[in-house]
Amino acid sequence: MISSTDVEMVTITLNGKEVEVPNGINAVEAAALHGSEVPHYCYHPKLSVAGNCRMCLVEMGTPMRDRATGDSILEEDGSPKIGWVPKPVIGCATNVSPGMHLRTESDLVHECREGIMEFLLVNHPLDCPICDQAGECRLQEFATDYGRGYSRYIERKNVKPKRTRLGPRVTLDDERCILCSRCIRFSQEVAKDDVLGFVDRGSFSTLTCFPGKELSNNYSLNTVDICPVGALTSTDFRFKMRVWFLKETKSICPESSAACNTTISSREGVIQRITPRRNDLVNDTWMTDSGRELYKDVRSENRILRPSVNKIDLPLNEAIDRSIQCLTGKRIGVVASCHSTVEEQILTKILADRTGAPIFIRGHFGEDDGILLSADRTPNLRGALATGLTDTYPDDNLTDLNDVLSRGELDSLLVINEDLVGSSVSEENLDNVSIVYLGTHRNQSSELAEVVLPSLTSFEKPGSYLNRSFIAQAFEQAVPGPVGLSPQVEILAQLISGLSDEKVRYSNLDEIWKLAHSDEKNLLGEITFSDLLLNGIQINGSAWAHLNFAEKAALHFTPLGDSSHD
Amino acid sequence: MSQQLPKERRIILKNADNPDYSNRINCYLREGGYQNLKKAFGMKPEEVGEEVLKSGVRGRGGAGFPAGMKWKFLDRKSGKPIYLICNADESEPGTFKDRQIMYKDPHQLIEGMMIAAYAIGAKQAFIYIRAEFHEGARILNRAIAEATEAGFCGVNILVSAFSCNLVVHRGAGAYICGEETGLIESLEGKRPNPRIKPPYFPAVLGLYQCPTIVNNVETLCNVRHIIEMGGEEFSKIGKPNNTGTRIWCVSGQVMKPGYYEFECGALTLGQMIFDVCGGLRPGRTLKAVIPGGSSAKVLKADERFTGTHKDGTSFDWGLEDIPLDFDGPMAAGSMSGSGGIIVMDDTVDIVQAMANVNAFYAHESCGQCTPCREGSLWMRKITQRMCNGGAREEDADLLLSVAKQIEGRTICAFGEAAAWPTQSFVTKFKDDFIKKATEPSGDVDNKNLQLI
Repeated sequence: MISSTDVEMVTITLNGKEVEVPNGINAVEAAALHGSEVPHYCYHPKLSVAGNCRMCLVEMGTPMRDRATGDSILEEDGSPKIGWVPKPVIGCATNVSPGMHLRTESDLVHECREGIMEFLLVNHPLDCPICDQAGECRLQEFATDYGRGYSRYIERKNVKPKRTRLGPRVTLDDERCILCSRCIRFSQEVAKDDVLGFVDRGSFSTLTCFPGKELSNNYSLNTVDICPVGALTSTDFRFKMRVWFLKETKSICPESSAACNTTISSREGVIQRITPRRNDLVNDTWMTDSGRELYKDVRSENRILRPSVNKIDLPLNEAIDRSIQCLTGKRIGVVASCHSTVEEQILTKILADRTGAPIFIRGHFGEDDGILLSADRTPNLRGALATGLTDTYPDDNLTDLNDVLSRGELDSLLVINEDLVGSSVSEENLDNVSIVYLGTHRNQSSELAEVVLPSLTSFEKPGSYLNRSFIAQAFEQAVPGPVGLSPQVEILAQLISGLSDEKVRYSNLDEIWKLAHSDEKNLLGEITFSDLLLNGIQINGSAWAHLNFAEKAALHFTPLGDSSHD
Repeated sequence: MSQQLPKERRIILKNADNPDYSNRINCYLREGGYQNLKKAFGMKPEEVGEEVLKSGVRGRGGAGFPAGMKWKFLDRKSGKPIYLICNADESEPGTFKDRQIMYKDPHQLIEGMMIAAYAIGAKQAFIYIRAEFHEGARILNRAIAEATEAGFCGVNILVSAFSCNLVVHRGAGAYICGEETGLIESLEGKRPNPRIKPPYFPAVLGLYQCPTIVNNVETLCNVRHIIEMGGEEFSKIGKPNNTGTRIWCVSGQVMKPGYYEFECGALTLGQMIFDVCGGLRPGRTLKAVIPGGSSAKVLKADERFTGTHKDGTSFDWGLEDIPLDFDGPMAAGSMSGSGGIIVMDDTVDIVQAMANVNAFYAHESCGQCTPCREGSLWMRKITQRMCNGGAREEDADLLLSVAKQIEGRTICAFGEAAAWPTQSFVTKFKDDFIKKATEPSGDVDNKNLQLI
């Protein structure tokens, strides 16, 4: 967001009132800062200005000056005479300058908006009752403000394609399209995958994909988000749910260390969709398509729904007791996870410290797309660094654990959400250790485990992650977890209590952060979970500048040690 | 009409129609061609620009903006390349002057462009010619080859250090490409959506975001003549603020339609129609005239035009008295535009004429911005319905309201071009529009009225 410290403020006159706004911002933003909404369709704060919808027309003027002398020309009452531009100007392309006068609520401006609204609706199908956008549609919203309420249009409406498959995830209804070109600009400017364009002209202009191309990039669903009407729809969400039934929860995408801010929309405990939430320091208003599909993990077939011991389902408390038996008095190792939240990692560290167990941790890596899917495919590798689970940068395997196991140095393992067999640990080395598996989904390790403790996905619990820029961000619980299950922090706390003399007591996540504060090596500072709820907090990551992080430069991210910090 | 009829003064079209003149370079050289290029190269580029400014020549493309002033706006300090573009996308209905120049005297345009390129420092120039002028593109390409061969164009023009490459680019058949920023987009290989101004003023951020001058064919030809006679001398042709000659393209129901080159203000609209063009067909009376291409507001035959000029003198004109220059039609509430005079007599069904104009603009609207895109098609649908027997009394007011919602709210001047005809037709001929609803003609032919 705009901080007033590093931006020059100027005084403009907005609707007759002098106000302070940052110099150079456009009239739409300037008016918004002072509570006057200038309706718009094509303007998007994160895209180039197209100026084609004409909805944001406002009146603009500047104080008149005598050409010869340069003196201000005054009205009879001594106030400066304002030279109003004879035609209305578009607010999105009008940048404020000192002394500028703007009228965003005058009769002419309202008349303009009414005219544009009427034009946008004459060829619009008005099929709100079956439109997915209904309830969050700018056309609906501004129609209530500036619509005529009846139609003067008795001609036949234009007919256009109704169900165009633009790509694997996006379906287009061309009749609803108001040709704002946001999706085209997004594809060109942000996704860098120029596949959309208009064909035909005039009112018959039609949005389409270039021949032989499709909108299949990993950011295609952002076009659905920014579509101000119901033209671009998510094939996944299409016709599934009326949006006004949805409960919205602030969350953080666990897909990679980019940690996009998201909104999870659910109804009656079932997630219906995930959409990006604006954060100008992290993800602007975008997120990946792959991140939106992660909610399907909640109800996937390999989800662990019951605690079990030797594959026999037991109540959770009995399974925990059995785990403690498994781990007590043994040479144990802890396999921690970069997928865990900061709170879980704090408790994992405490557990390892109290039992003297060595910690093994691996990273998960993939290709970095240079935008919002970073090479580090875990949400919280930096959390593992900050909570002291590891001092070195994790490899993409657990060969160190394999070496330890092959030497027969461990009897039991507490494995958190990690697949050992898939991490270069040989199965024969696991034959002689008993495994307590704490995780959300079944894998080869959970199959080998003596005790399986189910835990909750990031959608079913609150928590926090440290992203690639060392910004700590919190998320809230969006939906309840499966019946009978407890959050991982609760299970970890019980394990700690069972394995050591001292009980871990906490009543909320803040108190878990405070447990870390007592650790001398704590690098999280004095913040706690609830400090993060409103906005993320930047942690000083310079202590790890020597590590060779996998991420490359991307949107709002400059790798540590790179001199070109922004 | 009692005055003596002024004679045509052909400057631009001086040689075009001579029987022994062809569009080859030898004819042009025989008539003193490219001498002015040499003369211009003997001057400093700023001096050439100064002469053009002094001449007061106004753009012939439609808006009538002083060309010398346009060149002054050029951002020369950016360090970026400067481009010159000739707008040869002549598409305004009723206009056919540039075509005559390019087909019959292409070297005149090339000479004018090379002088202009020298003046503004452009090393690359383009002629953006409308797709339908395929023969014109061929002629121009041959002429450029001839001129390049003779050293008047291309590398080291006239053995000087100045080089300017000239390329003919054919459009793909869209009226909007005549709008200068749309033209630039099209030249860049994109869909010709006009750009928003600010910030994209061509003189600062034009072709490839570089400073660019876009001039009409006739304007650039005038540059050659300004150098020949000097800006001062040129400015004596015509009237103050309306200097030089203009080629008027007369079409419609007159006996001798065609193109006529006169000094600005040398004759009135009445003289043009009734004397130069031989008047109307026998037994017909004048109903309406569109003075400057179909975008210009229509003038009604029995209208009176009164007001005061800028210099304080008042005027009281009938349609016949309007002087043919830039300011005359403007004073009468219309514009001289591209010089396309369309004459309509009493046999014209004014609603059908309106439907035809509306069909053109609905067909040619690029579709980028809302008012023009939706408004132009809506107006077309209304007028087409009216002609097909479905007229309602309220349609006239609806048309006016729709036009008002377009005017002044669009990205480019197409909005005005589409709105002004409707505003003027409906206001001035309201009875005809009402009559469509109240007295159905029962004319079955109208059912399948073919528009454009």
